[in-house]
This record gives sequence, C-alpha cells and structure tokens, in this order.
Amino acid sequence: MRELRYREALREALAEEMERDPGVFLMGEEVGYYQGAYKVTEGLLERFGARRVIDTPIAEEGFAGIGIGAAMAGLRPVIEFMTMNFSAVAFDQILNHAAKIRQMSGGQFKCPIVFRGPNGAARQTGAQHSQCFEAFYTHIPGLKVVAPATPADAKGLLKAAIRDDNPVLVLEDERLYGVKGEVPDGDFVVPLGVSALRREGDEATVVTWGKMLPVTLAACEELAKEGVACDVIDLRSLRPLDLGPVLRSVAKTGRALVVQESWPFGGVGAEVVDRIQREAFDALRGPVLRVTGRDAPMPYNKHLEDLTIPSADTVARGVRALLAW
Amino acid sequence: MADAHDELISLHRQMLLIRRFEEAAARAYSQGKVGGFLHLYIGQEASAVGALATLGAGDSVVGTYRDHGLALARGVTARACMAELYGKVTGCSKGLGGSMHFFDAEKRMLGGDGIVGGHVPVAAGVAFASKYRGERDVTLCFLGEGAVSIGGFHEALSLAALWSLPLIVIVENNEYSMGTPLSRTLSVHDTSEKAHGYGIARDRFHAHDVLEVKRRVGEAVARARETSRPTLIEVQTYRYRGHSMSDPGKYRTADEIEAAKKTDAIAGAELALRAAGLGDAFFAEVERSVDAEVDDAVRFADESAEPGEELIEALTYA
Ligand SMILES: Cc1ncc(C[n+]2csc(CCOP(=O)(O)OP(=O)(O)O)c2C)c(N)n1
Repeated sequence: MRELRYREALREALAEEMERDPGVFLMGEEVGYYQGAYKVTEGLLERFGARRVIDTPIAEEGFAGIGIGAAMAGLRPVIEFMTMNFSAVAFDQILNHAAKIRQMSGGQFKCPIVFRGPNGAARQTGAQHSQCFEAFYTHIPGLKVVAPATPADAKGLLKAAIRDDNPVLVLEDERLYGVKGEVPDGDFVVPLGVSALRREGDEATVVTWGKMLPVTLAACEELAKEGVACDVIDLRSLRPLDLGPVLRSVAKTGRALVVQESWPFGGVGAEVVDRIQREAFDALRGPVLRVTGRDAPMPYNKHLEDLTIPSADTVARGVRALLAW
Repeated sequence: MADAHDELISLHRQMLLIRRFEEAAARAYSQGKVGGFLHLYIGQEASAVGALATLGAGDSVVGTYRDHGLALARGVTARACMAELYGKVTGCSKGLGGSMHFFDAEKRMLGGDGIVGGHVPVAAGVAFASKYRGERDVTLCFLGEGAVSIGGFHEALSLAALWSLPLIVIVENNEYSMGTPLSRTLSVHDTSEKAHGYGIARDRFHAHDVLEVKRRVGEAVARARETSRPTLIEVQTYRYRGHSMSDPGKYRTADEIEAAKKTDAIAGAELALRAAGLGDAFFAEVERSVDAEVDDAVRFADESAEPGEELIEALTYA
C-alpha cells in the first residue's frame, strides 16, 4: 500500500497499461507538452513519446472519432476530454458510433475505447463548465460508465476500463485530483460493476458515487454524533450497476437515500430509486428519497453555487427526512 | 485629419481602460474576490477596440470566454463588467455568468461563450436574423486561432457563405491555444486561408495599430452591410498573460513575451499622439481618469449586493 493522489493513481494506471499493451495510446488537448490541463498525464510524453501521447487541436468530435476508428481497427485508445463538458461536442461520436458499432456490425467489430476526464462542478466555473454527464451516458446501451471516488478506485477502475472490450466513460473529478488515499501495490484492477460499502450503520442506506462520496461520508460522520448510523454505498460503476449491496442494506435499514450532484430529472438516482422500490418494496418503511443538484444551470456566484450543489448539510437533512417518515 | 486625431485619442483611452481594468481584475482574483476562470485580454486590446469602433448601435458582437475587452469596447460599463467578475447582481449578467459570460442585450453583446467554437454558428444566426428582417445590421464574431480546428467554425462559415450572411468572423491569432503553439494545432499558419474553401472574402493583418485594425475591419463591415457577404479575418496579436490565471506559462520564454511587447498597440497609439503634439500632461490626465474609472468600478463591485437565491430557478426558463 502507498499513499497516492487521485491524479497520480490515474497516471499510474495509464502508464502500467501502456507498458503492458503497445496498442494503448493517449490522445487529448494539452496531454503531452503541457503535461495535462490537470496534470494527470504529467511525464507520460517523456516516458512514452509523441507516438503514444498525442496532443490534439481543439476538435473533440474529430479526435473522439479517430479514437473510435482506431479502436475498431484493433488499438486501445484512451481519449482525454479536458473536461466532460467538452465531450458534448463529441456526443454524436459516442452515442451514434462508439455505442452502436458492435450491434450494427452483428458483433463483427468491437470498440474498446476509454473516454475520460473531470465531471461535475469545479469552483465557480459557471453553467457551461460545471455539468454532470452520468445521466447522459448511462442512458445509452452499449456504453459503460464508472465514477471513481478514491485514488484506489481511480487506478483500479481505469485499468479495468482500458482492458474492457467496450467503450467506457471514466468520470473523474477536478475536486478529487489532489485527494490522497491508499492504493494497493501491484497490478491493482477493480472490476467494472461492483459497488462498495464505505461505512456501516443500521438506521438508513445512503447510496452515492464520485465527489458526493466524501460529502456523504462527512454528513454521516456528523449524524453518527447524533446517534444515527448509516450504511454508505459507493456505486463506483454506474453502468453496469451493482445494486446487490444496496438491496441487502435496505433489507436491514428499511430506508434509502440517493445522493447525486447531477440534476434531479431522470438520471442515475431515479434509476436506483426505481430498482429499490421494486426489488426491496417489502423492506421499505417509507419512500426512497433523493438529494440532488438543483434543477438549474450552475450559477457563477459563489453563494448561489453553494446552494446548487449538495453539501454535507443537505445530505444530513436528507437522512433526517428519511428518519422522520 | 483632426477627426482621426480625436478618434485615436478615444481609442487609446479605451485600450488603456481595458488594460487597467484587467490588471485590477487580476488583483481581485488573487484576493479571492473573483473566482472561476479568468482569461485576460492584456496585449490584444487593439483588436477589439479597433474592430468595434466600426460598428453602429444595431450591430451585434459575439465572443469567447476572453470577453472583458470586447464588452468594454462595446460600451458595457466598467462597473457592470467588474460587478460581474465579483458575482454581484449589478453585473452585466447579474453575477450568474462570471468572467466567461458577459452579456448586454442593450449593447447587443451576445456573450461570452465558454465552449470553443460553439458560438460561431450562434453568431451566424444573429446575422441571419438581421438579414431575415431586412435590416442592415452586421454581426462580429471573435474567436481564437485554436478554435479554427473545431467543426462549429467550419459549419458556420459554410452556411454564412451559402446564405450570404452579414457576418464578420475575426480570428484573434495570439499564437497559442492554451499551451499549444499554432504550428501544432493547424496545418497552415494563416488561418484566413480557410476562407478559400468557402469562397468568401478574407483579410489578415497585425493589431499593432488600432486605426489600421479599424480601417481593415471597416472594409469587411461595409461589405457585409452593403452586400450581406461574410468575411473571415485573422488579426495577428499576442497575449501577455497566461491562458487563464492558473496557467504557469512554461511553454514560452520571457524573452518572447518582452519582444512582443515592443509592438504594443497602446504604446504605439501614445507615440502617434505624442508625434501629433500631445505631451506628458495629457497622458497623465488620461491615466488619472482611467484609474478613477477602474477604482470606481472596483468600489461599486465590492459594495454591490449578491444575487438572491430566487434567481436560480427564475432564470432557468423564460
Ligand atoms: C470545446 C472545448 N474544448 C476545450 C475547451 C478548453 N479550452 C478553453 S480555451 C482553450 C484554448 C483556446 O485557444 P484559442 O482558441 O487560441 O483562444 P485563446 O484562448 O488563445 O483566446 C481550450 C482548450 C473548451 N472551452 N471548449
């Protein structure tokens, strides 16, 4: 075990997979000479050369498509979006090409490609630069989506994503890049589609992922002081979705809350709520609740931004609302 | 001749206002009073000031996240601009947009857009509306040379050419797209050559002399107004500061930046005005009045109220 920052864990995953498989290469804006807009790819150009660490112009649709074609032709591209917001420019490539190739070709072609980059809000970057993309991408059959919350998962899930034969979106988080955590030594791979229990308690089940995990854990720390102990489950993979631990927990607690940064309409939280109410109906003592980002574009103003993103306070209020039912 | 002289006095002051405004914005950013991204325009002032001097009140301007200079040159007040950076309700976008999203409906400033290239089709749409209504207004769209690689730029030019829209697309070539020099983002070094593929007029010149910028952009504006035909222009310029406040700027040397400053357009305008007989007292007075305007804007921004929570939902739908 070593302590690594989230960004260093991602970098290790990239470097190890590039060592292991000569077909793995990186492409994106400022990933090479600039060492990465958020320094995830620092040092990789020097180590692997410009053939495998490729700086692109600002042309998301173009380089996402080039990645998809290269994947169909047998390579394993890792495409960095400077932030997930800019993947919107490449949405057609991801939706209509990456996700469809296998089915449309009757299984003759596959598309083993990773699209990665920071998802969600940063700090006061406004409406176009603060968006969560899990609802868009998990909606699409043919894609896999992961959202690592810890350095260990950042490394393990990225390695699994690179080895997977399907298009995988790795939703990182700018606010997590600097966070440190223990990362197991060696070839550490976290399988896609396995959620993790992060904290135990009998009172309620709280389900979350990504940046909302530390926020939720902070809320549950406070609630524990009031004598309210919660199970906290980190989904890690959003598609495929592993709800086994969630359903087992709800069987024990009878209460469930989903915490997400993204907008409330539809989305991953709504999917989780639907599954819990159908598959654990008898155990439930009340409705499954959600704490979500506010249903509005992100405002620039600091105070309004704080009111738009779930905080430990709003999560704690959500749990109390469950208990009051 | 007297007209040109008076005009240069006015354009010089506008450029100086943008520079001092942004220096104050950078200070406010280091004090934590401004958040998010802050992309400074320092070094490029002659481009916006010269280009916008050609416009009338009915014309429109659309730009990128590097938009403070554009807004100020368009006549949005320093108060409204600074208050926007401070996230105050008195800002030009009520504090909800921030540095990257300056809008002013009255001044026909339609952003401030943060998605590279995404605003070029939108600008073509604004030009389309003028033509549709039979008005003679034109639209100026600004972008960086890094945006010339993206699809939106090409689709917008293709449609503007096909439908003969009164659109002037100005590529501000400041040599770097974040940390990437032009030679590594494009296969040509003159971005105005892209006009050939669309069969539209093109031009290319340095922004060293604000009056020259005005004259050259003015030709394109006249063409758009008279004949509703688009033009692609590359303005060669240079940004003295980082891409944004968080850019360590390791991709270029201090010498390179110093060399670029030798053709600074504000210094150039001052030299020309001195040659025409203006002296120290005049320039001291300009500095004083610009400083007073910026200080006033900072005070106004500081003292203004925050936007209320009710705006979060209220502004989501019309
Ligand atoms: C579609 C998209 N991709 C990436 C970015 C991130 N980004 C913002 S500005 C920028 C560089 C733009 O350079 P250029 O077009 O030359 O304009 P300049 O910033 O020099 O004015 C990049 C990569 C973005 N905002 N939008």
